[in-house]
Amino acid sequence: MLELLLSKYNYWLYVILMMIGLYAMLAKRNLVKKLIGMNIFQTAVILFYVSIGVKTGDVTVPILPYGHHHGHEQAINVAHYLNPLPHVLMLTAIVVSIATAGVALAVLILIYRRYRTLEEDEILKINQEAGT
Amino acid sequence: MIWQLDLFLLLFVIICALAAINVRDLLSAAIILGAYSFFMCMLWAEMGAVDVAFTEATVSAGVGTVLFVAAVFKTVRRSKD
Repeated sequence: MLELLLSKYNYWLYVILMMIGLYAMLAKRNLVKKLIGMNIFQTAVILFYVSIGVKTGDVTVPILPYGHHHGHEQAINVAHYLNPLPHVLMLTAIVVSIATAGVALAVLILIYRRYRTLEEDEILKINQEAGT
Repeated sequence: MIWQLDLFLLLFVIICALAAINVRDLLSAAIILGAYSFFMCMLWAEMGAVDVAFTEATVSAGVGTVLFVAAVFKTVRRSKD
C-alpha cells in the first residue's frame, strides 16, 4: 500500500497543487488572487495530463533525428518515443488558459473603474447600499 | 525522467504557488506567478515535453506575467488577504 502511494508521488503532489488553486478561488477575497488560483488549478490539470504521456526506460523526446529524404529509410519504432498526443493537447490548453486570464484581467479593470476596489466584500457592500 | 529532479522541481512549484496566493502585494504575486510558470516549464522539459516547455516559457511565463503586471498597474496594488 505504501509502495503504491510512493510510486505515484507526482499524482499526489498534483492534487495538492490543485487544492491550493481551489482554496485560493474559494477563500481569497481579492479578485486578482482568485484569478491566480484559477491559473494554478489549470496548470495542475495540465501537469496531470502531460505526466500520463511519460514513459520510463529507453525512450526519448518525440523528434525524428533524420528526415525521410536523406537515405535513412529505417522504420520508426513507436516504443522508443514518448507519447506526443497529450503534449499537443495540453499545448493548446496553455494558450487557452492565458487567453482566459487576459479576458478576466480586462473584466477586472472594468470592475475597478466602476467600483474603485477589487475586494469582493467591498463590492458586495457597495451593491447592497445601492440596492436599498 | 529523473525522479529526484522531478520531486525537487515539483516542491519548488508548490512553494511558488503557496507564496503567490499568500503574499499581499499584487505586483509580487504576479512576479511569483511568473517564477511558478518558469519552474513549470523546467518540469515539462524534464518530462520530455519540449514543445510544451517552449510554449509555457513564451506564452505563460512571458505574456502572462506582462498581462498581470499591466493589470496591476491599471488597478490597485494592495490586497487585503
